Amino acid sequence: MSEIFKALAEIVGENYVSYQPEELFFYSRDPGLLPANKPDFVVLPKTSVEVQEVIRLAKREKIPIVPMGAGLALTGLVIPLKGGIVVDMKRMNKIIEVNEKARYAVVEGGTSQGFLKSYLEKNYPRLRHSIPDAPPAATIASNVIIHGQGRLTQQYGFNSDMVCGLEVVLPSGEICNIGSSSISSDWFSKGAPLPDLSGLFLGWFGTTGIITKVGLKLYPKKKMRDVEIFVTDNENLVPDMVYEITHTEMIEDVLIFTQPLPMMFKDNHHVSFYLTGDTDEEIEFKRKMVWKALEGFIKSKDGGFMSIPPAMKGSLLEMPQTSASRLADVKRGGGFEYSGPIISVERYPECSRKLVEMSLKYDLAYSGMVRIIGRGHSMMFGFAFTFNRADADMMDRTKKALEEISCYVLDIGGVYWKPTVAEQKIAIEKMDSNTRHLMRMVKDILDPDGIMNPGNWEVY
Amino acid sequence: MRYEEIVHRCFRCGYCKLAGDYSDFNCPAYRKFMFETYSPGGRMWLIRAWLNGDIKNSERFQEILYSCATCANCVEHCVFTFSEDLVNIFIATRGELVSKGIIPPPVRDYFKNISISGNPYKEPAEKRGQWSEGSLVEEYKDQEYLFYIGDVGSYDERGKKIAKAVGNLLIKAGLSIGILADKEMGDGNEVRVLGEEGLFKYLAEGNISLFKEKGIKKIITLDPHSFNAFKNDYPELGGAFEVYHYTQIMAPLMESGTVALKDLALRVTYHDPCYLGRHNGEYDAPRRILKSIPGIDFIEMEHSRDNAFCCGGGGGNFFTDILGGGEESPSRIRVKQSLQTGASIIAVACPQCAKMLDDAVKVEELEDKVEVLDIAEIVGRAMA
Repeated sequence: MSEIFKALAEIVGENYVSYQPEELFFYSRDPGLLPANKPDFVVLPKTSVEVQEVIRLAKREKIPIVPMGAGLALTGLVIPLKGGIVVDMKRMNKIIEVNEKARYAVVEGGTSQGFLKSYLEKNYPRLRHSIPDAPPAATIASNVIIHGQGRLTQQYGFNSDMVCGLEVVLPSGEICNIGSSSISSDWFSKGAPLPDLSGLFLGWFGTTGIITKVGLKLYPKKKMRDVEIFVTDNENLVPDMVYEITHTEMIEDVLIFTQPLPMMFKDNHHVSFYLTGDTDEEIEFKRKMVWKALEGFIKSKDGGFMSIPPAMKGSLLEMPQTSASRLADVKRGGGFEYSGPIISVERYPECSRKLVEMSLKYDLAYSGMVRIIGRGHSMMFGFAFTFNRADADMMDRTKKALEEISCYVLDIGGVYWKPTVAEQKIAIEKMDSNTRHLMRMVKDILDPDGIMNPGNWEVY
Repeated sequence: MRYEEIVHRCFRCGYCKLAGDYSDFNCPAYRKFMFETYSPGGRMWLIRAWLNGDIKNSERFQEILYSCATCANCVEHCVFTFSEDLVNIFIATRGELVSKGIIPPPVRDYFKNISISGNPYKEPAEKRGQWSEGSLVEEYKDQEYLFYIGDVGSYDERGKKIAKAVGNLLIKAGLSIGILADKEMGDGNEVRVLGEEGLFKYLAEGNISLFKEKGIKKIITLDPHSFNAFKNDYPELGGAFEVYHYTQIMAPLMESGTVALKDLALRVTYHDPCYLGRHNGEYDAPRRILKSIPGIDFIEMEHSRDNAFCCGGGGGNFFTDILGGGEESPSRIRVKQSLQTGASIIAVACPQCAKMLDDAVKVEELEDKVEVLDIAEIVGRAMA
């Protein structure tokens, strides 16, 4: 038994540390397409203090350390590229506080989206959080650390914009509170009116510290929810449709999907928008407002409302949508990968054409999945392909299609979301040199030993 | 390996390890060990790795496979079309390990004891029917129903009490039942799920032959595990019988007032056995019995019916104890979940669940707060 193992076992308990081949195999990969790399140890801490001790050990021994939630980003962000210790955070899954009147929750760093959703439904039925369509096992901390999006993103921006405080264990081993909680017992703000230090951690993929608590803003939950789909076969009109819909200020979420199957969906673009209300009257008022906003497209015969069958409506209203995960088995092969750049909504037409072009070029089944961010300030355009994990050739074609898309989106003004290491390098190269230098300074100050999720956001 | 063509289709999205409302981890093995490798998705990825030669059959791999309680929470909550086969895949992989002869010692001993003694307790067959001494139950002659007991009801001290309570209840309800006593053989359910298909067939064919020889057409089982084997596995081996779990037979009789009962002012919750509930879809019969008892304040646990958290005894773990032990053992978690209802009685309809939860109550030192009783024992109290 190695000295490191003994030391880790002393911190988290022998049952919660492993260097067995089974754990090393599993934790060396994510469900995406990137190559595996084995960690040396996997640990499951239960408290912030245990995380602190693990980091102190890693720092002392100069061992890489990689925090992990559910490992569902698909872009290899939890693959331990340089070995070391994978810190699986899911034993830290307590909901510490819900402040009903101030509408926020404080949760431990391994708490899943599903836990919080369920907890709020049972205990605070008038509150909700911006749940993403990732599987419910996805953790809240990981979601905000990758600037994830969710059901309230159209209204309130990225899920990371909804953070109202953090507790972080720094690479030095210090436990640090970020936001109002650094001064007050209340977690109402991640920054303002103080300097906003949350930016030192959000979007950094664990390269600047491990988040052990997240304060998350909650929002009013209306009693009713409904969905409508406006369909057009003219992709050029989608940005205008989104503009009109978001102008109404009447809607919760806007998602757009385009896919070739079933046949009724082929060559069409489906702008789905969600309405919420406490009464039928409220929902109907909002519905009428959106209908009116789209009236011009109907009159010009450029689009129309789709009648949604009950089963499909049920699926669309799910939170999270299980259909998003089911996409992985379209080819009966358990594989699904997407490039999801954040990009201007005006780029929708060319992105959707590129998606079809790539699917034809590489003979792949595709789905375009778009979420509007913040009243149309941008969108996440998901170029998604499903593949058979047992078909090496199909996996290779999927990789190539995504690589080509990766270059394309940067050229048309997009910015990578949860980028792979290769994309991070491209982004860093393209970045303004002063910005790059600032990132370098931040990294050097916070993690001078380069032990935190090394390989990611490495700025030279 | 059977199902090999499915194994790579797992996306490891994790729906399988959660309860249906996502409120908690509901896979007993994952809940205890907390490494992803012990979740259904982790198991799928490791099975593929083992089939591909990326990992070897190790003690850890065996523990991962055999700590599965086959509770079917994953089957219930996996979002993919192959969800029905998840537990079958784990059992098939166990079968591969068995065929190679490299299995955990407690599993090996279980098979050995069944092979040598016909039961996991290493007890002689003559003792099988001893539980019925002093009860109203007689040996099977030409009664309408065979009352099949199984290993736990025949040999385990807690199981024997339950067998007696159920047997007496069935008779008092006017049913014509008989037991096979020393001629009864194990049903083989745990042998099958632990991966010994050959031994399972031997037991099943023996039982089928015996049942046919005795002219048995209808069977009432004490144990949901026996019920599962008779109902789902025996027909394809030529053993198509009319099979009931005892709660299914008793529910309409209790509702129609066949058994006279006095008030029983108790708050009771019910723990769904996986092999009655998720495996066979019977959630209502036990509840109908409990609700027919006057005075009972019945309250559901947060995780019930298809979301019930397993006691940890399924999949052979009742005998091998690979999943048991420690503060995070499923039975201790389940007892703590039951306490949240404020119930003073945890009702069960399975002798294996009864024993698992009974032991957990003792370990948790909760004997003064909560009692584990089979439904027939509760009815018995209302009859007394």
